[in-house]
Amino acid sequence: MDDGRTGRSELAAPALIQIEQLEKKYRTRDGQVVQALGPIDLTILQGEFITVVGPSGCGKSTLLNLLAGLIERSGGSIRVRGTPIDGPQRDIGVVFQSAVLLPWKTTFENVMLPATVLGLDRVKAGERAKTLLEMVGLKDFVQKYPNELSGGMQQRVAIARALVHDPTMLLMDEPFGALDAMTRESMNLEIRRIWRDSGKTVLFVTHSIPEAVFLGTRVLVLSPRPGRIADLVEVDLGDERDLDLMTSDRFGTYSRRIRRHFQSKGVIE
Amino acid sequence: MITAKESAAAPLEALPGEAPVGLWARLRESPEWVFVPLLFFVITGVWEWAFKVLEVPLYVAPAPSNIWRSLVYGISSGLFIDNGLYTLTTAMIGFLSATVAALILGGLIAQSRFIERILYPYLIAIQTTPKIAIAPLFIIWFGFGMTSKAIMAGVVAFFPILVNVIVGLRSTDVQRIELMRSLRATRWQTFTMVRLPSAAPMIFAGLQVAIIFSILGAIVGEFVGSRKGLGNLILQMNTNLDTAGVFAALVCLSAMGISLHLLMQWLQRKLLFWVNQEQLPRV
Repeated sequence: MDDGRTGRSELAAPALIQIEQLEKKYRTRDGQVVQALGPIDLTILQGEFITVVGPSGCGKSTLLNLLAGLIERSGGSIRVRGTPIDGPQRDIGVVFQSAVLLPWKTTFENVMLPATVLGLDRVKAGERAKTLLEMVGLKDFVQKYPNELSGGMQQRVAIARALVHDPTMLLMDEPFGALDAMTRESMNLEIRRIWRDSGKTVLFVTHSIPEAVFLGTRVLVLSPRPGRIADLVEVDLGDERDLDLMTSDRFGTYSRRIRRHFQSKGVIE
Repeated sequence: MITAKESAAAPLEALPGEAPVGLWARLRESPEWVFVPLLFFVITGVWEWAFKVLEVPLYVAPAPSNIWRSLVYGISSGLFIDNGLYTLTTAMIGFLSATVAALILGGLIAQSRFIERILYPYLIAIQTTPKIAIAPLFIIWFGFGMTSKAIMAGVVAFFPILVNVIVGLRSTDVQRIELMRSLRATRWQTFTMVRLPSAAPMIFAGLQVAIIFSILGAIVGEFVGSRKGLGNLILQMNTNLDTAGVFAALVCLSAMGISLHLLMQWLQRKLLFWVNQEQLPRV
């Protein structure tokens, strides 16, 4: 185990997720085995905002899907608070690339979906859904249907939905990739605020280096396929972050450090 | 620059996509309201006139006026109503049974590759058999009453629904399934909460076809052997060379078909409110 990357005793937060020698292999149609990810060692601490950045096809989403329990790992282990996991966890909320809202349900009903599936108390969950919708600024759209909402609003509904069953961890797979640049910036601010207000642990996959630096307390840099940890950058930019930060020198230093990994691998010209 | 005041004062009708004003504009928007009846009068007019001039005998083919008289008589005497309701009931029993059966079987097939592999060859074999050819057997098995016709209607209606149920359930957006999996939903939850509603537009397209097919099935059943129903009536009238009566019965059948089609369309709009009308598969 590479303790230099995983053990970070200087932070007081307890470890939430411990990943050891995690890897994913695919078998192609002609029988060849392709290493998609890993092996990876990583410890995710309670309450941190970890962003995962890497070139296309490096296994970022594979890592997220492994954590979400949506795909089976080929080797290694994932432990949540010391307990090994297999399959999806109740304690995790997932936000996908697209909002994946059910068009026949209202905003409110969509947010309530996890509560319905998990059989939670409807009154309590309903209260929580309303609070969450207020938090993402959709108080007035509770009874609207998804096709009446903009792309950014839909993704906000998806975030509220991922939080309604009060999971400890939020997994986000390039959630703002399909949004326009302006909406994306405001969503970035919003997700930082949600993270701070809710105290959730967030793992956020992106292919945008600035986004990774802006959002993360740590940035996990994956190498091109097979995705291995190329770097784990602690982003010391404070808790209060606004968009002006993105043009600061310190921000640039972090971005350059990450970009260099891809330049050396020939991913970026 | 357009100020708020100016834009508020601008006539809404001028905007593209708004309802047009004026008779001509309205005509261009929906020409069917004028031209469908117009075409009807032209065709019946020419037909009536040609039959008078050519002196076509009534036992060969009727003129529109003859059909009209038969229709009025048939409806006022209750003959068409009685037999029409009988045929309609038969068709609807068949249609509803077929819908339930196709949903269950289609649901099973879409859920399990195993069941699909086993049943598929049989389904193909049954579907490629002209089902009308088995109608005489149904008379032997289920008698001259309504049962044999309802079964015939059901058999004919079954396959269009089944195919669409399977295709619809199979084409569910993978991401919606992933979402349900991430929530550890059970198979049944995923089926009722995601798969079935996702497949509903496709299933409805099948139902649209099937409801018309069910009338066809009922009529075929009545042709083969029956004591009642519009199909039975048509046979009787045909034997008596009452061509006007046959045509009048056909008018009733087509009215029945159109009503059912519109009913399904209305239901579809009510139930599948989230689907844009253009996106719905048209039949």
